[in-house]
Amino acid sequence: MIKVNVDGRAIEVGEGQSLLAVCLQQGIFIPHLCFLEGMPESPASCRLCFVDIQGEPAPVASCKVPPWDGMVVRTDTERVRRLQKSALRLLLSVHHVDCRNCPSNKKCVLQDLAKFLGVPLKSKKLEHLQREIGVELDHPLFQFVPERCVLCEKCIAVCRQHNDFSLLTFAKRGFNTVVTCFEKDPDRLPCSDCRACVEICPVSAIFLKNEAAEACLDQPPPFPDSP
Amino acid sequence: MLKDIDEMLLTSEKKRENLIPILQRIQQRHAYLSPDAMKLVALHLGISSSEVYGVATFYNQFRFHPPGKHQIKVCLGTACHVVGGDIILENFERKLGIKDGETTPDREFSIERVACVGCCALAPVAVVDDVVQACMAPSKVEGILLGFDIERERDEREKQESEASQ
Repeated sequence: MIKVNVDGRAIEVGEGQSLLAVCLQQGIFIPHLCFLEGMPESPASCRLCFVDIQGEPAPVASCKVPPWDGMVVRTDTERVRRLQKSALRLLLSVHHVDCRNCPSNKKCVLQDLAKFLGVPLKSKKLEHLQREIGVELDHPLFQFVPERCVLCEKCIAVCRQHNDFSLLTFAKRGFNTVVTCFEKDPDRLPCSDCRACVEICPVSAIFLKNEAAEACLDQPPPFPDSP
Repeated sequence: MLKDIDEMLLTSEKKRENLIPILQRIQQRHAYLSPDAMKLVALHLGISSSEVYGVATFYNQFRFHPPGKHQIKVCLGTACHVVGGDIILENFERKLGIKDGETTPDREFSIERVACVGCCALAPVAVVDDVVQACMAPSKVEGILLGFDIERERDEREKQESEASQ
């Protein structure tokens, strides 16, 4: 057994898991977005799961670090929080904050993270959204709103887990990156019983077409956009 | 076209890392990547067609529409950007009713954005059918397109006249 000390708490862990997975299992919260249990390798794209490890010159992404014996970890140092806050601000800078009309309202990962890190959902510094591309996914069942998408790659990963290969993919790049599906023929898409991508999406960027209208009607009473 | 691509695929190894060279060769031969061509490549390499599409859209060099008879390239390099190259591009887009990277339904025009054509002193620059158009302005956009319209009308008239005289 490997002994790790996280925030002064001694925990014992087995091998083969990342530090982030271990901490989450032990109930120690580290902000994260792109990490998915069971993924062969974490994409480490959200840049939120930073921790300070004794002996390391700078904070490291905990989803990429395997625990070692005698490791001393702090999850809440000032420089860790600063990195996490800037990462979240960058994510929110390309996210269309319209909580009132979003099906994810009140169960949204971004809302939770913003509350946890004390970052306002809407930044006054940003006058306009760089990411305005309109709906793009041409799929018989699903709809995709790029302005909501945080590009966490979870939908692509679960699609790959369910079908051996991924029907979903990132297309284009930079601000124009979208999740898309190339196969347009409904008969050749195994999506009719599989809702994995819709269920995994943390921000309702990808959702069922016919549920789109209902989801908006089911909304709880108006909720202020920023805390 | 698909038959030709099929034959071309036979000569390349079924390896993931061959994806980009294969796409480049297809584009060299056929000027663009059609959805069917990408599906063929995916089948050949044993990867999903979405993956092929994802890779192809990442790179600027691949196009997904056949080029038009008249190719318009608008420079958006630094110098052209500073003097409003994006306005020129938008002008072309609005006048022709297509976005950059697309072709008009009659296959007459296609618009592309390019990074730099190497004559920054003439900014903003557009390259129309391999002719550099210097110091572009919205009025010049109109002029160029009008020129093509007149040319097309004249061609049609001559064609009609020659048919009538026969």
